[in-house]
Amino acid sequence: MAIDTNMVKKIAFLSRLRVSEDKIADTEKEFNNILKWIEQLKDVDTANVEPLESVNEEALRLREDVVDDGNQRDAVLANAPDAEYGYFVVPKVVE
Amino acid sequence: MAEYVIETPKGKWEVVCGLEIHCQIISKSKIYSGASTEFGADPNEHVSFVDAGMPGMLPTLNEECVHQAVKTGIGLRAKINKYSNFARKNYFYADLPQGYQITQFAYPIVGEGEVLIDLADGSEKSIGIERMHIEQDAGKSIHDIDPKKSFIDLNRAGVGLMEIVTKPDFRAPEEAGAFLKKLRSILRYLGTCNGNMDEGSMRCDASISVRPLGSSKLRARAEVKNVNSVKFVMQAIESEAKRQVALYEAGETMPQQTRHFDPSTGGTKFLRLKEFSDDYRYFPEPDLAPLMLSDEYIQSVKDEIPELPDEKKERFVKEMGLTPYDAIVICENKETAAFFEKAAAGHDAKKVANWLMGDFFAMLNEKKLELKDSPVSAENLGRLVELVSQNVINGKTAKDVFAIMAETGENPEKIVEEKGLKQVTDTSAIEAVIDEVLASAPENVAAYKGGKQGLFGWFVGQVMKASKGKANPVIVNQMLKDKLG
Repeated sequence: MAIDTNMVKKIAFLSRLRVSEDKIADTEKEFNNILKWIEQLKDVDTANVEPLESVNEEALRLREDVVDDGNQRDAVLANAPDAEYGYFVVPKVVE
Repeated sequence: MAEYVIETPKGKWEVVCGLEIHCQIISKSKIYSGASTEFGADPNEHVSFVDAGMPGMLPTLNEECVHQAVKTGIGLRAKINKYSNFARKNYFYADLPQGYQITQFAYPIVGEGEVLIDLADGSEKSIGIERMHIEQDAGKSIHDIDPKKSFIDLNRAGVGLMEIVTKPDFRAPEEAGAFLKKLRSILRYLGTCNGNMDEGSMRCDASISVRPLGSSKLRARAEVKNVNSVKFVMQAIESEAKRQVALYEAGETMPQQTRHFDPSTGGTKFLRLKEFSDDYRYFPEPDLAPLMLSDEYIQSVKDEIPELPDEKKERFVKEMGLTPYDAIVICENKETAAFFEKAAAGHDAKKVANWLMGDFFAMLNEKKLELKDSPVSAENLGRLVELVSQNVINGKTAKDVFAIMAETGENPEKIVEEKGLKQVTDTSAIEAVIDEVLASAPENVAAYKGGKQGLFGWFVGQVMKASKGKANPVIVNQMLKDKLG
């Protein structure tokens, strides 16, 4: 799979990142290099190998339904660039 | 049922609709964290670092959310998948701090099922369930505090959701309405979701398309988002279907799109084209291992499922002699059904149902009371019906006694005793009253005997009046007939 200019623009949009026009060619090249590097995995013969679902072999551990977290509003908001009345405040986002 | 067809001078069209319903799971804590799910707290009070998407925080799955999902799946007569797993759905929005929602994608916890719906003409229809998966809710954005800023509350972020997806089986707005009512009823019986659409604990999206009547090909659909009442869902289907028909008939196209329901107009508004938005780049959730359920576990959940509305309805019809309509109305609400069973125990169930759906509901409506606050207890309603069945009072007196019960909450036996309302079935006592009435109106007796048959009702009325309504009307009728020849 090769990444073209349109794909770069699409990924930038989906990530809500602004990529200036003069950076698109470089980004495209970078993406393709990464993909080429990953694609080396295709050289490995996996004909007799079961697919790996998770590196974690343990069964999923479930949590008991008790309230033992929360009630820490100040800590939750501590790193927010802007907060008011106990809310996170962000630039207006309306669809 | 009667076919729902959109007919224009140019042709006939059929509606094809499927629903996606998000149901908030009833649990004490969130699906992936130990923060409380309680509604109505101050903003951001019920938020763990997991919910806030802080780096390095790991989700742990709440066993109660799994339990509730399995219960719901069984209530939907669906296949419970012994293997399911979690996936990340990636999108950016201010009320989703992680930048992805942990949901289920290729392997949901619940597979295909069905829900039976009851339609107004008395018919029943099966609506297919495609799947149900569990996932986390997003936070809430508030846009009306400041013109340039949005305010984010993460209390809801991470509350467990069940997303139920139906097959495109709906052919009329009424069917979608009946489905939502039935689903809500099942969820409330199970205690897995409170089903309150106005509070957002049950939220519905509708996928709507139309096609020429008789065609079996599906056309592009519009997905109408967040329609938050049963009535609005029905309105949205009707108006959106008509909009699409008008487009096609004008020779225009209807690309797949997302729309928004506007309650003020009853119509839908364009939001975005589908091809541009739905690229969620799902991939397996690395922080949660697959979920495996054993046969023993699934069986143990099955064993705790209460009698659901369909089974209860059938039992009420077969064993208690109710009409299907009465049974459907009484069974929709778990509390009503329990009240009815209590009231009907040992009495004439059909008559109890009549009282419940007639005078009793009317009384609650008039007093604007919930069932749980009714002044008339289930036992006392049953006793009242019994008094009529045993001929202790007649139907007319029973209505008066009921009115007193509604005011005082007293036992009807006590009311009848104290007010001396016992029906007179002693024939000699009734005979005396009849003789008196006949003696006081010789001209009417003569007129009746001369052929004015219409006067019979007048005699009955006079006798009942003279007995203060206590005479047994069957006996009065019979004796009057004998006396007047």
